[in-house]
Amino acid sequence: MFYREAGDFKTSYRADSQTFPIRLDRMGFWAAMLIAYAVVPFVIDDYWANAVFVPFLIYAIAAIGLNILVGFAGQVSLGTGGFMAVGAYAVYKLMTAFPEVPFFFHVILAGGVTACVGVLFGLPSLRIKGFYLAVATLAAQFFLVWLFNKVPWFYNYSASGQITAPDRTMLGIYITGAQTSAVAKYLFCLVILTLVALVARNLTRGTVGRKWMAIRDMDIAAEIIGVNPLTAKVTAFAVSSFFIGIAGALLFSVYLGAAEVGEAFGINKSFLVLFMVIIGGLGSIFGSFAGAAFLVLLPVFLKNVLVGAFGWPTDVAAHLELMIVGALIILFLIVEPHGLAQLWRIAKEKLRLWPFPH
Amino acid sequence: MKDMIEGYTTADGRQIGGVLMELKNITLRFGGVVAIKDISFDIREGEIRAIIGPNGAGKSSMLNVISGFYVPTEGEVWFRGERRPAMRPYQVARLGIARTFQNIALFDGMSVLDNIMTGRLTLMKSGLLSQALWMGKAAEEEDAHREKVEKIIDFLEIQNIRKTPVGRLPYGLKKRVELARALAAEPKILLLDEPMAGMNVEEKEDMCRFILDVNDEFGTTTVLIEHDMGVVMDLSDRVVVMDYGRKIGDGPPEEVRNNQDVIDAYLGVAHD
Repeated sequence: MFYREAGDFKTSYRADSQTFPIRLDRMGFWAAMLIAYAVVPFVIDDYWANAVFVPFLIYAIAAIGLNILVGFAGQVSLGTGGFMAVGAYAVYKLMTAFPEVPFFFHVILAGGVTACVGVLFGLPSLRIKGFYLAVATLAAQFFLVWLFNKVPWFYNYSASGQITAPDRTMLGIYITGAQTSAVAKYLFCLVILTLVALVARNLTRGTVGRKWMAIRDMDIAAEIIGVNPLTAKVTAFAVSSFFIGIAGALLFSVYLGAAEVGEAFGINKSFLVLFMVIIGGLGSIFGSFAGAAFLVLLPVFLKNVLVGAFGWPTDVAAHLELMIVGALIILFLIVEPHGLAQLWRIAKEKLRLWPFPH
Repeated sequence: MKDMIEGYTTADGRQIGGVLMELKNITLRFGGVVAIKDISFDIREGEIRAIIGPNGAGKSSMLNVISGFYVPTEGEVWFRGERRPAMRPYQVARLGIARTFQNIALFDGMSVLDNIMTGRLTLMKSGLLSQALWMGKAAEEEDAHREKVEKIIDFLEIQNIRKTPVGRLPYGLKKRVELARALAAEPKILLLDEPMAGMNVEEKEDMCRFILDVNDEFGTTTVLIEHDMGVVMDLSDRVVVMDYGRKIGDGPPEEVRNNQDVIDAYLGVAHD
């Protein structure tokens, strides 16, 4: 009754192909942007920034990146943790080598470095598909973590083998290091996430996105209609790794501050981001947000309920939390294998007709 | 059919142009199996050319040679007066050869509109960066191509399903969407692999009408494989008949119909 497209006429193809064709969706989008940019920064504190908002923003970037590769281009990857590590170590090397360059460019450049590495590990995708490609990217994951552990040049020969983010400012405000305020962290990640989401949306609705989806749905037919499989797959790996590298750079420099590669960027991280993409919905930008929110917020929420409301001991709660999250993931996949994005789509279709059944 | 160099006039008075594609002594082997044996024929501009033959005659293999999916073991493919070197299928598509498949090969996860838009990929030029920012060229190009695609959607009468995911469509409509995708490429040669397989009489009639309309409206050269003899005889200007990988007949439908080899291949012949 309230959510509908009747009377919302389109008079140009531009208007018809916009990101949110339905007026209420557009209003919702701008309301969300308003809240994210104009309300949250005034109420955010250290706890909310570190436990909820900053990890959500960073994982949303990583999930968008992986979704481009797995959801849009259909190339399974288990190397996300490794590629995030490339982003983190690239930004570390850039920050220490060129302290005078603004930090924003370091992050973008780190994405570029990761894109190159991603292309390199993406080249086998021309020959191997499906599970076999997953295993090949798994090799990338282990190799990259091993490399950053074994070659001291990457961690500037520090005694601990860790990398620690130096203090860097943008426009006179600390973005990394101990003095950084919650608002600065939040806003910096939010701006980057906004840019990443816009670029991802633009790419997936145009020619490049159609090439990726054509390769995903039927690679032989895609080649027959003129898609060069090599360039399509390589661009998917490049764009995806670019975003994942940015996420890795932010995770290390803005969120963690210091990182040890095996711990911060191990195989667990690959699975975490892959779960986000699958639970959120393959082939959907909104799904990447939903998946990241689900897997970041759920543990925090459960912890607050179990410890805060029920007064259970922290260690019991921590174990239970893992079990509940696991069970919920399975439940979700049984109820809706296409993820939260599909649930959202179904809800919208129902809302369009509400309160009538047909 | 006196003047084969300059083209000819069909029974219904359409003027057919010169040779667009010529296949010279094509042989295709898979190990010890000979799928196509020493076949030559030509395709002329603006005509509807049919390839017929019993099951396993090598018709689809022939179509795959034309579309570049198979590289012939021997023989040459000449296209627009030039010899076509061995190419990847996507390169052949860029030369202007589009096709449909016997078992529909659409992209199920995408909408009808997006599927047809993929047909125009070879014509779209904007780069990655311009698309990432969606300013200027990329957006204008998208609109311009959308307009062309909408014309094809109107032409094939599938306006009401343009936003529907292809996976949800019934078989007959999928076939039509696949034709739309091939047409969207504005092909020089349109290859149709059994466009009417598995359809009921009404759907077949619709499809026949579309094939004739396409040829009439855009002058598209069409090569089709079909089993329904009535359809083939009505639609096509010239027919190639294949049997066991060899060519046993070539000419206008009425000529082929009376060819003794063709009759033997279809009805069987007494061996003694």
